[in-house]
Amino acid sequence: MADSASTTFQAKGLGVSLCGVNLDNPVIPASGTCGFGIELAEFYDINILGAISLKGTTREARFGNPTPRIAECEAGMINSVGLQNPGIDFVTGHEIPQLRRIYSKPVIANVSGFSVDEYVECCAKMAALEDVDIIEVNVSCPNVHNGGMAFGTSPRAAAEVTRAVKAVTGNKPVFIKLSPNVTDIVEIARSCEKAGADGLTLINTLLGMRIDTIRRKPVLANRMGGFSGRAVFPVALRMVYQVASACGIPVMGCGGIASASDVIEMMMAGATAVQVGAENLRNPYACKEIVEALPAEMERLGIGSLSEIIGAARKG
Amino acid sequence: MLEISSARKLAGNVFEMKLSGAPLHGPGQFVNLALEGLFLRRPISVCDSEPGSLTLLYKVVGKGTALMAEMKPGECIDVLTGLGRGFNEDMQCSKPLLVGGGIGVAPLYLLARRLLGRGLPVSVILGFNNADEIIYMEEFKALGADVTVATADGSFGVKGFVTDALEGRDNDYFYACGPMPMLRALVKTTDMDGEISLEERMGCGTGICMGCTCHTILGPKRVCKDGPVFNRKEIIW
Repeated sequence: MADSASTTFQAKGLGVSLCGVNLDNPVIPASGTCGFGIELAEFYDINILGAISLKGTTREARFGNPTPRIAECEAGMINSVGLQNPGIDFVTGHEIPQLRRIYSKPVIANVSGFSVDEYVECCAKMAALEDVDIIEVNVSCPNVHNGGMAFGTSPRAAAEVTRAVKAVTGNKPVFIKLSPNVTDIVEIARSCEKAGADGLTLINTLLGMRIDTIRRKPVLANRMGGFSGRAVFPVALRMVYQVASACGIPVMGCGGIASASDVIEMMMAGATAVQVGAENLRNPYACKEIVEALPAEMERLGIGSLSEIIGAARKG
Repeated sequence: MLEISSARKLAGNVFEMKLSGAPLHGPGQFVNLALEGLFLRRPISVCDSEPGSLTLLYKVVGKGTALMAEMKPGECIDVLTGLGRGFNEDMQCSKPLLVGGGIGVAPLYLLARRLLGRGLPVSVILGFNNADEIIYMEEFKALGADVTVATADGSFGVKGFVTDALEGRDNDYFYACGPMPMLRALVKTTDMDGEISLEERMGCGTGICMGCTCHTILGPKRVCKDGPVFNRKEIIW
């Protein structure tokens, strides 16, 4: 059932290739918005996805930040989950094998850390798994102190993590997930490329905040958090355009994508594949609906094959 | 999409909404409503569920519930149904006690109906701030439950909190839903085994975002997916 569905989509010109990993289509639920796949599978057969990016994983199990962790915004939301996850050994030993029982498409393992050593240890363990196709290194989590984003806001630190991780991941493609909370994202992207990154994912969430005006206190227990959702799409698109123009490695475009039309726009900016994030939280069927809507949108725009439009807006 | 079959104000800022076309729910489960102009859905616990019909009670506390209060019968809402792990209605007990505070009385109604359907004598304690805020007292009585009402200002029934209506009871299991201070006071006052329904600000309501996590003796649990109902002993109070 799943295979016949994916063949149909491939035949329709939806397929793309990320560093040699073939995706039936470019639609990927972003890390943190699809758990480890099992919950999403209660809503639809997740083999329709181009790939899946799993919940950010650290060496130790983490509870994350205190609640409330969620704040609503106009056309978006802020989260301060803080990398809650069961730890690398539970993810490799339990979550990924459990996912593989129901899912046969590419798996992107998302890794976070608080030191270069931690990134190295977790990436090595992920790379050793046959079930993991791509490693995504999160140097951009805005919700943890002394880690995450600290590595993604300095070109030198981002390069250091990239180099160290590349040394232990063999042939597995390594994507570095970048933060938009920087002065010049192109400088950091170039720095990661130079250090050996196989690709880049951008953008992670924008640092934001809300205040409860009745209580006169921040809505989030952690005060600030990552802003995402439809509102951030133009910012993400601009950064993908800039980075894809400056770098020679593939980009996964992420930020505010909510429709097939957004997917095509993001790909024309230079993304080889796209990640759908916050939209999954308001509509668990979002990725499935986007994949199913792509052929009609392509037909409307006279697009025969999605791989042909990557960076189309940069040409000429 | 589910159609609103009836909508009415119950008391103060508490409203009742009935939806047609919904699947059957268990007591303590919730639904997640997509409302025009809001990014995230709004989780609302199920008050009653019959084949094809769903009753929700909600208190207007913010933008989402204010929008719901403006909706009229005949309008349709995009609803994710059947969410969460609800009350264990098959629990082996002989004299269950249901304790609800404020809008927290909502999920206890379907539970009372199911427990009475098993032939069990059901006692209910409903707690409110004052007589004007009392909701669903007559509905619980009509089911055949033994109902005690407590009001903080003493304007109706027992003066005080739900815990002031606990003394001298011989119940062997409790089910509770209400504000956190009420739940804390309840587990502090009684040693009775029981289960409680937690409330937390949610992102997805489907278990994928980890927005509503709570501490339990078995580690972090998601209120929306692993709960909202937990045994009292699971929660780290």
